[in-house]
Amino acid sequence: MVNKKPKLAVFKMSSCDGCQLSLLDAEDELLDVLAGVDMAYFPEASSRMMHGPYDIGLVEGSITTPRNVEEIRQIRKECKALIAIGACATAGGIQALRNWKDTREFTKIVYASPEYISTLDRSMPISAFVHVDYELRGCPINKYQLIEVLNAFLNRRKPNIPSYSVCIDCKLKGNVCVMVAHNQMCLGPVTHSGCNALCPSYNRGCFGCYGPMDSPNTSTLASQFRQMGYGKFDIMNIFRNYNCYAEAFRKESEANEK
Amino acid sequence: MKILDKINLEKLIGILKQDGYKVIGPVIKDGVILYDEIDSIKDLPEGWEDEQEAASYRLKKTNDKSLFSYVVGPQSWKKFIFPQRLRLWKAKREGKGFSVNSTKESKPKYAFFGVRSCELNAIFIQDKVFNNGMFADSYYNEVRDNILIISVNCTRSAGTCFCVSMKTGPKAKNRFDISLTEVIKNEEHYFVLEEGSPRGSDITTQLETMDASEVQIKEADDAINNAALKMNRSMNTAGLKELLYSNHDHPIWAQIASKCLSCSNCTMVCPTCFCSNMEDTTDLSGNNTERWRRWDSCFNLDYSKVTGGNFRTSGKARYRQWMTHKLASWIDQFGTSGCVGCGRCITWCPVGIDITKEIENLRNSPMPITK
Repeated sequence: MVNKKPKLAVFKMSSCDGCQLSLLDAEDELLDVLAGVDMAYFPEASSRMMHGPYDIGLVEGSITTPRNVEEIRQIRKECKALIAIGACATAGGIQALRNWKDTREFTKIVYASPEYISTLDRSMPISAFVHVDYELRGCPINKYQLIEVLNAFLNRRKPNIPSYSVCIDCKLKGNVCVMVAHNQMCLGPVTHSGCNALCPSYNRGCFGCYGPMDSPNTSTLASQFRQMGYGKFDIMNIFRNYNCYAEAFRKESEANEK
Repeated sequence: MKILDKINLEKLIGILKQDGYKVIGPVIKDGVILYDEIDSIKDLPEGWEDEQEAASYRLKKTNDKSLFSYVVGPQSWKKFIFPQRLRLWKAKREGKGFSVNSTKESKPKYAFFGVRSCELNAIFIQDKVFNNGMFADSYYNEVRDNILIISVNCTRSAGTCFCVSMKTGPKAKNRFDISLTEVIKNEEHYFVLEEGSPRGSDITTQLETMDASEVQIKEADDAINNAALKMNRSMNTAGLKELLYSNHDHPIWAQIASKCLSCSNCTMVCPTCFCSNMEDTTDLSGNNTERWRRWDSCFNLDYSKVTGGNFRTSGKARYRQWMTHKLASWIDQFGTSGCVGCGRCITWCPVGIDITKEIENLRNSPMPITK
């Protein structure tokens, strides 16, 4: 019996391409990945573009245009397992900053002929439109986590992607807490692990690239920031970046808006 | 009791290294004092002390050349005996089966230099956890058996210390190999040395020491008493187990949970917390697999996830679990409280939740029992 390799497809909505590049960036593992899957559709990597259906679809980017909506619905139909990768696909991304503003006003200022621009009012995650089987967080995603998700899929096991706080990664690495020892604002206690505590490892507070952890208590953290001497504007800003439209971060940034 | 000068303290480190020990002691790193490999007394935090309060730690210069004025930093000794991550075994697919490779790697031989009394007690508590007969942890015990302990008695206490009330300090009473008390008086700077084991005595004989005079011993005792007297925090342990067991449904748990971030910092810095998780990994081919153990915490949602659901979904349930285990059911399980009063969970909680104050709050607000 010929064991057919699962077909993998990589799609992009509104995004910077950084997350799908993580797959190409996995240089040491790429050949092993290709031994396990058939790279059926990955326009950024190859001009060989096979039709669906696909076994695994990786999709980066947020939904920001009516065309994105049509595309993602079609992609969902073609993929047995759909995995949203990155902050845009899982939370709307940095471009969700526009969700607090009037998009039409922007298009008027930016484009000479705004009537050609067809866009939605808000930048939304993939899950707002179709069912997503798995979400991999991060801006950008961690390539080792991406390999781990594919690896788990290929070996039919649960991926080792913990949903606890960045604090645990700091403690596993032996980092010193930048909040307690250096009075820095750090979103680590409410942020989903995944980056291996990159910023705190360089003595900088976390700014939440991986979005909210499994049960974030953002309001207590924000009030601690105030006690540490930070103002509402700083607090609003730290919650309002790559994962600004993830619910817990959105609410906390709004609570500190005025 | 013997007297050791700084030159011989340096010599002590040299002897330990010569005896094949990896000497671990206090060093300054990233603005805190933590434990790492040391080569010489030059690596020690000379002239530094730590100021600690709930959610705050700062290093401060002292106006003397003391080596041990600091108290305890964010990391305890547990990471050396119960490492954050540990590979337990590897397996390889072979035909229709697999073979397990659990080749024993040689274990490090540590000398812990500068163990505080609270920390020493924490090690004894973890001994009960990991050396429990039927389920003894082989890695822990193999490393533990070879550890040489040089304890240092505290002559100062930080704002978050409460060892006196937990009866775990500030003086190390037994089961060390050598204990030291630093004395700085007038122009004199010396260490009062006490031998605690034949191994400790053997090392001591290789050092140039003098017998301690009564005055010198008193100076050391006074310095330790100073640490005890200046300890501002305490935990009232009277009837604590019953208090916690009978207040499972107390409204205080919801109050604490509203503050708690469930970030797990308290459990990670606690010198006795011992929870871990197993992670099975494979390579992409699926032919090689490894089992890893890594620190985990009862504050993580995934930790209490079992088939069919999660039995501690609320922050309230998770905090209650941690505190009740630490201070009450630990006693039933291991015959001792799980708390040694080191104060780390208070200092390193990013929002400063104070276990001693929460116990006071619980005592002062009796449960509105409606049975």
